[in-house]
Amino acid sequence: MERIVKFDEVVEAAAALCGKAACFLPEDVKKSLLAAAEKETGELGKEFFRQYAENFRIAEADKLPLCQDTGFAVWFVEYGTDVRLDKGDIYAALDEGTRRGYTRNYLRKSIVSDPLFDRKNTRDNTPCIVHLKLVPGDKIGLTLAPKGGGSENMSALKMLKPSDGRAGVVKFVVDTVVSAGGNPCPPTVVGVGIGGTMEKAAILAKTALLRKVGAPNEDPRYAELEAEILEKINASGVGPQGLGGAVTSLAVHILSHPCHLASLPVAVNINCHAARHAQIVL
Amino acid sequence: MTKRISAPFGPETVKSLRAGDRVLLSGKIWTGRDAAHKRLCALLDEGKPLPVSLENELIYFVGPCPASPGKVIGSAGPTTSGRMDAYSPRLIDACHLAGMIGKGGRSAAVIEAMKRGPAVYFAATGGAGALISKCIKKADVAAFGDLGPEAIFRLEIEDLPLVVAIDCYGKSLY
Repeated sequence: MERIVKFDEVVEAAAALCGKAACFLPEDVKKSLLAAAEKETGELGKEFFRQYAENFRIAEADKLPLCQDTGFAVWFVEYGTDVRLDKGDIYAALDEGTRRGYTRNYLRKSIVSDPLFDRKNTRDNTPCIVHLKLVPGDKIGLTLAPKGGGSENMSALKMLKPSDGRAGVVKFVVDTVVSAGGNPCPPTVVGVGIGGTMEKAAILAKTALLRKVGAPNEDPRYAELEAEILEKINASGVGPQGLGGAVTSLAVHILSHPCHLASLPVAVNINCHAARHAQIVL
Repeated sequence: MTKRISAPFGPETVKSLRAGDRVLLSGKIWTGRDAAHKRLCALLDEGKPLPVSLENELIYFVGPCPASPGKVIGSAGPTTSGRMDAYSPRLIDACHLAGMIGKGGRSAAVIEAMKRGPAVYFAATGGAGALISKCIKKADVAAFGDLGPEAIFRLEIEDLPLVVAIDCYGKSLY
């Protein structure tokens, strides 16, 4: 049965998610930050955790963005094959929703028109990025994961050799996070994509950031790998803001995918401690 | 111990600060990030005057959110300082910039310039933009208004919490 959804309903839902994601830290992230504060041993680190908690309380109370970098609007869409919009398409609806949401909620517009030559601000934070997945059913699931530049810039991807194996993956991920130092605003959440092709690994790494903070991979082998990488990252002493301490990352989330017999792609995508996302099902 | 200092400030204050010191900063500072730094250095290349004086001043690497009605400014936390590494030595050497505020480490070339300056580098708390906005009492666009969030603003601040991350003796916490 085909279900018709109004274009404007999608636009308004998307606009509302922009404001919600920017100002309200998800409960799982808050809990993780408060729990990590108890583990922090460094004096400066403890002070930063106090400031993070005060920051998310002020943001929520005053409806102020948690961070001035309200990010690139990255949308993960689960689009039911029985849904049709009354006009336009989902891409246009999300661009318009992003435009309204970033303007109406006084969020920073951070997108430039051309990456290399003009670098002229588009002034409405469009275009957005859309990862579209067709699913059975008549619903549209929208998840917004606004992505700041500071943490995104610390991403890395490497096509390892299959012989590099588990140890190669651990080394690459730990080196990437430790060498990022204070740049991505630690304590971070680390998304890791293993397998697929080059672009698939990158999308897996970003998708892994959507998981509830610290929820382990369902495969015990990957869950163990997540724990080992997290322990090694935190043993580095990089600490909150890169100024030393026991907590450099809150969690490591791995997603895996079958891959070519010649390959072992690994991608790392890092989220800052303001690990923002918001979702709705229409 | 937390030191209370006021900006702008001269070399004596710079020399009194040590890596690891916690500071509450008040007074007046400039903002500037990637695009503003590029323009400032282009003006220096052309031998033209800068739109603002940097002598004994601090530049805060920030691109704030727009102010909502009734507010002075939106969220205003630091951006990654490393992207300004290409420009900062020039502003310290040619314009006598007293210091910078940002997040994350700096290059060896910046640290050498800070020793010559002298200049100091403070870390503000990345990702605490809402909290920091409460320390900003006034914000006016001072130059390059066409750059939107990347314009140079004059900020009046009160008790902005900072850490001396790199001092003018080359000692760094990173």
